[in-house]
Amino acid sequence: MNRVFITGNEAVAYGALAAGCNFYAGYPITPSSEIMHLMARELPRRGGVFVQVEDEIAAINALIGASWAGSRAMTATSGPGFSLMQEGLGYAVMTETPLVVVDVMRAGPATGQATKPAQGDLMQARWGRHGDQVLPVLAPSSPQECYDLVIRAFTIAEELRTPVVVLSDEFIGHGREVVELAGEVRIPSRRRPRSAREPPFYSEDPRVPPPMPRLGDGFNVLVTGSTHDGFGYRDTRSFDTHYKLVKRIWDKIWLNRDTIFDYEAVGIDDAIIGFVAYGSTARSVAKSVEILRREGIRAGYIKLKTLWPIDTKPIEVLAERVEAIIVPELSLGQLVFDIERAAKNYTKIYSFNKVGGGEPIYPRELVELARKVLSR
Amino acid sequence: MKKRHFSQKYLRIETLPTLFCPGCFNGVVINALSKALEEEGVASLRGYVFVSGIGCSSWIPSPYILADSLHVLHGRAVAVAMGVKLANPKLEVIVIGGDGDLASIGISHLIHAARRNLDIVVIMVNNLVYGMTRGQQSPTTPRGLETTTTPYGSFEYPIDMCRVLRETNANYVARWTIAHFFQLKDSIREALFRLRRGFRYIEVVAPCTTYVARRLGLKPSSILRDLLKNSKRVEEIRRGDTIGEDSIVVGIFKSEDKPGYIELYQDYSMRARGVQSG
Ligand SMILES: Cc1ncc(C[n+]2csc(CCOP(=O)(O)OP(=O)(O)O)c2C)c(N)n1
Ligand SMILES: [Mg+2]
Repeated sequence: MNRVFITGNEAVAYGALAAGCNFYAGYPITPSSEIMHLMARELPRRGGVFVQVEDEIAAINALIGASWAGSRAMTATSGPGFSLMQEGLGYAVMTETPLVVVDVMRAGPATGQATKPAQGDLMQARWGRHGDQVLPVLAPSSPQECYDLVIRAFTIAEELRTPVVVLSDEFIGHGREVVELAGEVRIPSRRRPRSAREPPFYSEDPRVPPPMPRLGDGFNVLVTGSTHDGFGYRDTRSFDTHYKLVKRIWDKIWLNRDTIFDYEAVGIDDAIIGFVAYGSTARSVAKSVEILRREGIRAGYIKLKTLWPIDTKPIEVLAERVEAIIVPELSLGQLVFDIERAAKNYTKIYSFNKVGGGEPIYPRELVELARKVLSR
Repeated sequence: MKKRHFSQKYLRIETLPTLFCPGCFNGVVINALSKALEEEGVASLRGYVFVSGIGCSSWIPSPYILADSLHVLHGRAVAVAMGVKLANPKLEVIVIGGDGDLASIGISHLIHAARRNLDIVVIMVNNLVYGMTRGQQSPTTPRGLETTTTPYGSFEYPIDMCRVLRETNANYVARWTIAHFFQLKDSIREALFRLRRGFRYIEVVAPCTTYVARRLGLKPSSILRDLLKNSKRVEEIRRGDTIGEDSIVVGIFKSEDKPGYIELYQDYSMRARGVQSG
């Protein structure tokens, strides 16, 4: 174990290196650039590839090529760049290409406030691409979690042959805390086919991805973002081929949500008021619950570490217990839709929204709201 | 027994005949590439990776060529190729695509790859229009041509990618038409087997039979004659010469042997390692 005092962005880079990331392509953007700087320093001297490309579209597409050539590939960006990467992410979903994209969220839309934190990219991370697709989205709430969740992102990417998005934000990215570095971590290697007879794009059990051939290994692999059969041959006409393909890729993530979904629950067993949050906002929530408990108000919270696919069960359980759930977000409200859906009509849901100017959600604001809600 | 055509060893036989329109010149490109490989004694394409975007010409490698191929997003072939080549420099990476794919939506990747002298070969099949999407104007559409988006005749100035790329750090830039079969084949040999490094760009002017030739009422044979008649050799052009808009400048615009991106990156990595030990 090695304890260091680093920012969330640095922790992302160290996590990626620990996970064996050996390919980084990126384009500078605040507040993510420190990730790129660290990879630029480390990868060339570790025998890896670092390349500053002409735009974020090139970045995501270079990752796709590198991944098929056998690399563990990552890029980091923020809102505007993340928007440019959407088409490429959709291609990675369709071709089942493992890679990791880190979005250090800032206030948008458009250029917005480049240096100010936000949580407005949640829905884009989930649904930013056209067509039917689902990809895992993870959300760290501290530099330590940046480190851990990037390693987890690579693990999921390799195990399920899928792109994975890590949603960080400016607070986390530039916040500095003690992080315990793991040293060596072992990420399972992606499964390779034993012969060209094994289809690289079909598996009997949708929960298990097909083996992924590596370019140059003699499999004459046909990779295409068009609808394809098990061996990669294009079929842009039949219902069967299309439905089977997109459904299998969808199920691969969705049926594995038990293992992908991760959260922490604190004080919910006896809570009369609950919070659900993720990322930097979850830190304010933790503090608020502490204050409320000290005041004798039984509060509890759920911190989501996976934002997609989401398992609504724990939220449903919370909703059955408490008198109200508060959902604070550094956006005008996106996560709250999940909570409303999960809570059915068991309890009242209160959205608390703030975004811009680098304003955090202060614990006192949440404590006040909790008191008000309970006195109604 | 029927004798197999020499190109068959490079093709996925089960995918033939191709889906290209009758008379499509994409076949000439496949033929020239196959001939180049055959003459160089290439038995199998193991170690070659073809990357193509979206368009009719992007279908040349996918699915027809029997090799690893990545059929990627419209315009992004060069970006993907960069990832492949950097991740495994031992692979021979060839991009094949159209004028829309490479000179319009993907032009930035193309120019930056040329700027970096990235070690890949790019074959641009310039059919003067967007063939796949039914004959719209492309950045290489000659002025006056009626297309589905310029029904009164194109009035925009087209781009000459060979002149653009000549000004970059690309090692090799050449243009031929499908009427220059042997020169085209030799350029492919030169790029793949003689130069072997840096950015190598070969453009093939191959007017779309469906949306250019048929619209102009031209038969494929007369197209070949016109292409030859209108071609001007690049080495014969003097500074200050005016080149008619109907002329197609063909030939080798540039041939150099500078180190490519891979070698430069490897040197850079060595330096990075030196910094660490010092
Ligand atoms: C982002 C995006 N925009 C538009 C298209 C539609 N599209 C498919 S092929 C094509 C043009 C192809 O033209 P070119 O590259 O010249 O190839 P050709 O068919 O002429 O060989 C377009 C615009 C697409 N697939 N993706
Ligand atoms: Mg074209």
